[in-house]
Amino acid sequence: MLLQIHEPGQTPDPHADDRGLAVGIDLGTTNSVVALAHDGETRVLRDGDGNGLIPSVVAYGEDGTVLVGREARRQLLERPDTVISSIKRLMGRGVADVKAVAGTLPFELDSAAAGGMVRLKVAGRTLTPVEISADILRAVKARAEAAQGKGVDRAVITVPAYFDDAARTATKDAARLAGLEVLRLVNEPTAAALAYGLDNGAEGLYAVYDLGGGTFDISLLHMEKGVFQVRATGGDAALGGDDFDHAVAEHFLAERAAALGHSTLTSAEAKQALATARVAKECLSVSTQGEWFIDLGDQPSRHALDRATFEALAEPFVERTIRICRGVLEDAGVTADEVKGVVLVGGSTRVPLVRRRVAELFGRPPLADINPDEVVAVGAALQAEALTVGSDTLLLDVTPLSLGLETMGGIVEKVIHRNTPIPVALAQEFTTYQDGQDAMLIHVVQGEREMVDQCRSLARFVLHGIPPMTAGAARIRVSFTVDADGLLTVSARETVTGVEQQVSVKPSYGLSEEEMAVMLRASMLHAREDMELRLLTETKVEAGRSLLAVKAALAVDKDLLSAGELAGIEAALAALEALLSGTDRAAVQAGIDALEAATKIFAERRMDRGIRQALAGVSVDRLDQTLLPDA
Amino acid sequence: MMTKDTLPAAAAALLPCWSCKGPVSARALFCSTCGAVQAPGQADHFTRLGLARGFDLAPADLDRQYFGFQRRLHPDRFATRSPKERALSQQQATALNDAYETLKDPLRRAAYLLRLAGQVVNVEQAGTVDDPALLMEAMEMREALAEADGPEAVAKLQAKAEQDVAACVKALSAAFAADDLDGAGRLTTRLKYLGKLADEAKARRMRLTRHDF
Repeated sequence: MLLQIHEPGQTPDPHADDRGLAVGIDLGTTNSVVALAHDGETRVLRDGDGNGLIPSVVAYGEDGTVLVGREARRQLLERPDTVISSIKRLMGRGVADVKAVAGTLPFELDSAAAGGMVRLKVAGRTLTPVEISADILRAVKARAEAAQGKGVDRAVITVPAYFDDAARTATKDAARLAGLEVLRLVNEPTAAALAYGLDNGAEGLYAVYDLGGGTFDISLLHMEKGVFQVRATGGDAALGGDDFDHAVAEHFLAERAAALGHSTLTSAEAKQALATARVAKECLSVSTQGEWFIDLGDQPSRHALDRATFEALAEPFVERTIRICRGVLEDAGVTADEVKGVVLVGGSTRVPLVRRRVAELFGRPPLADINPDEVVAVGAALQAEALTVGSDTLLLDVTPLSLGLETMGGIVEKVIHRNTPIPVALAQEFTTYQDGQDAMLIHVVQGEREMVDQCRSLARFVLHGIPPMTAGAARIRVSFTVDADGLLTVSARETVTGVEQQVSVKPSYGLSEEEMAVMLRASMLHAREDMELRLLTETKVEAGRSLLAVKAALAVDKDLLSAGELAGIEAALAALEALLSGTDRAAVQAGIDALEAATKIFAERRMDRGIRQALAGVSVDRLDQTLLPDA
Repeated sequence: MMTKDTLPAAAAALLPCWSCKGPVSARALFCSTCGAVQAPGQADHFTRLGLARGFDLAPADLDRQYFGFQRRLHPDRFATRSPKERALSQQQATALNDAYETLKDPLRRAAYLLRLAGQVVNVEQAGTVDDPALLMEAMEMREALAEADGPEAVAKLQAKAEQDVAACVKALSAAFAADDLDGAGRLTTRLKYLGKLADEAKARRMRLTRHDF
């Protein structure tokens, strides 16, 4: 029998060809971009007119139609109450979070929704940000499929590094609704660094300054020989170019109110002022002054603005980003002059004021030779290829925010500190504070502040069944696990009796599994078939692994079997291989189980041989292969 | 009589591979027969990263070993594999991160070495200090910090604190080299306090410089 030899752990997915394409998606506040990598060459997937950007705008028709992108954006002014933009700002937000900023958002919130995830009223429907983001992702998926003439079912999706757990979970849920399997959530600055570093062979310490429409991130990365190690990251999930627009719009509306003698604002006026402000901002990035009109009904107003005035309006927001940059440099224990280069990401870095202030801080002109609107999607595409096909590059990311628990007096006990490399698992012991206390509330929070009410609440659950003991005698071990996507799981265990409870941190501002199930059923994607297909694929992956494992074992230890036994195993192998071309998941699983049963004695004899050899002092080199990292 | 204790270590350390069911060393990262990733076994942080046990550790060596192992074991290498392989790779990467984070920081590395030697120094929580000289030094530094009124004065104190930290790390290296565990224990406690003072000075300087604009 001929056997393919692979590096340990590097055997290829035997059924890669069955799968659709894996793309990289930058799901942005203002625009979304989708890109594809093949053999390290990347391509942004464009529409017929060559546009790479898909405006993250969704128009909902009264008849149930959903329109995404440029056409939806065109309707933003005509039918403002049925068109949603900047939905990313609400991802993972709770009702209470949003109330504080409700006045500045061009949305009508469903005030009836008590607690939990925020909901929007649009065109007679009530929608969550997850569903609206899913509509954007469906359009992105369709764009990619049209461009490639092939199904797309897996994606690397980027999120702001500063996105908290709730927002990350919401993003993953949105992808699931859109029929996309998320291979990995990658932080936007990290994706940009990947695109940038691979293109330029950059080595050393780099800063990625990412100012998008609604989020700001700054990451410090060390790059060397294909390793992208995030050293520190910081940001603000509610700070971006939208804030410039709002400042300019307020300026315009104040002028308009003065000119027309109005005092109240309609939602339509606010939306048009915002749209006009955005145009003015973009113009003032290239020219130094201009004049704009807000034209509603028979009441037009004229607004002149020069760059100096614009910069005065934008300055407080840019200043906030610079302060965050200084904090991240301090966190990493480095000075600005140790940074070898600064990469600009996000459309808002086109604003000259931003470039000037970043150049001042780092003492060097920033790099922007990859289109700042597309660089994140390009990095995501490279990572999608790395995950599905393999790659020599490695992204080592960190937790952006500290994770902790509420303790007595509302004080936060941090369990995982910010900038800890992920994946990570840490545990801490707590105890009871009352005699006979039989339950403990576990309140998980995220943030840097000392008091619980200043941090973000992620989840609460109760560990019941603690045996009665005197105060301080129980030992409750709370474990935090953060996976490579940055998603948290928390479990609590009373170590004397072993009472245990585990939660994936999801509830507070997320969708429950039941809500997800309802949405999946309601989605146009034939969710059941979709889910079944995914399970089938997983089972086939498992079958492939099982086949390779048994063949590898036969190649080494076939002599332990009689001819009859060998024939039995080979028959089971052939049967399972035949099943792989079918679509019957239960049959494939039965084939795996049959192969397992057929090789049981073989496995026992192989273990016996291994131990006999070891006892006889036979070199166990073959058994003892540990890995030597590249020198 | 043959007991588990008298088995040659290599035989006692054989486990069945979860995937191909054949024998695999408990220390192996991958099965030599079928290539499947294995669970991270019990190993101290130095062994896990293939480093000699000791306080002196060049950051470049640590990085090279850590990157080398992560290149093979990180979950990104297993994204399209079976759930079991993905879970094992996450465990492996988590163990590597734990080792890396512990060994990277001189204070945590020192405390860890002492723990391996059976001595406990708690670096996470403030414990009692029975070194009056250290207490006096810390008090004086705190007073100086409280009295420093400008960013420059604080920066000077921060520089002094950082020098003290560097000197203490040097002394620790000598203590470990001489196998003087008691001395190393005292110096580790001292390093913990000096590090806190340096952090306080840094935090205060950041607050002061942020008022500048």
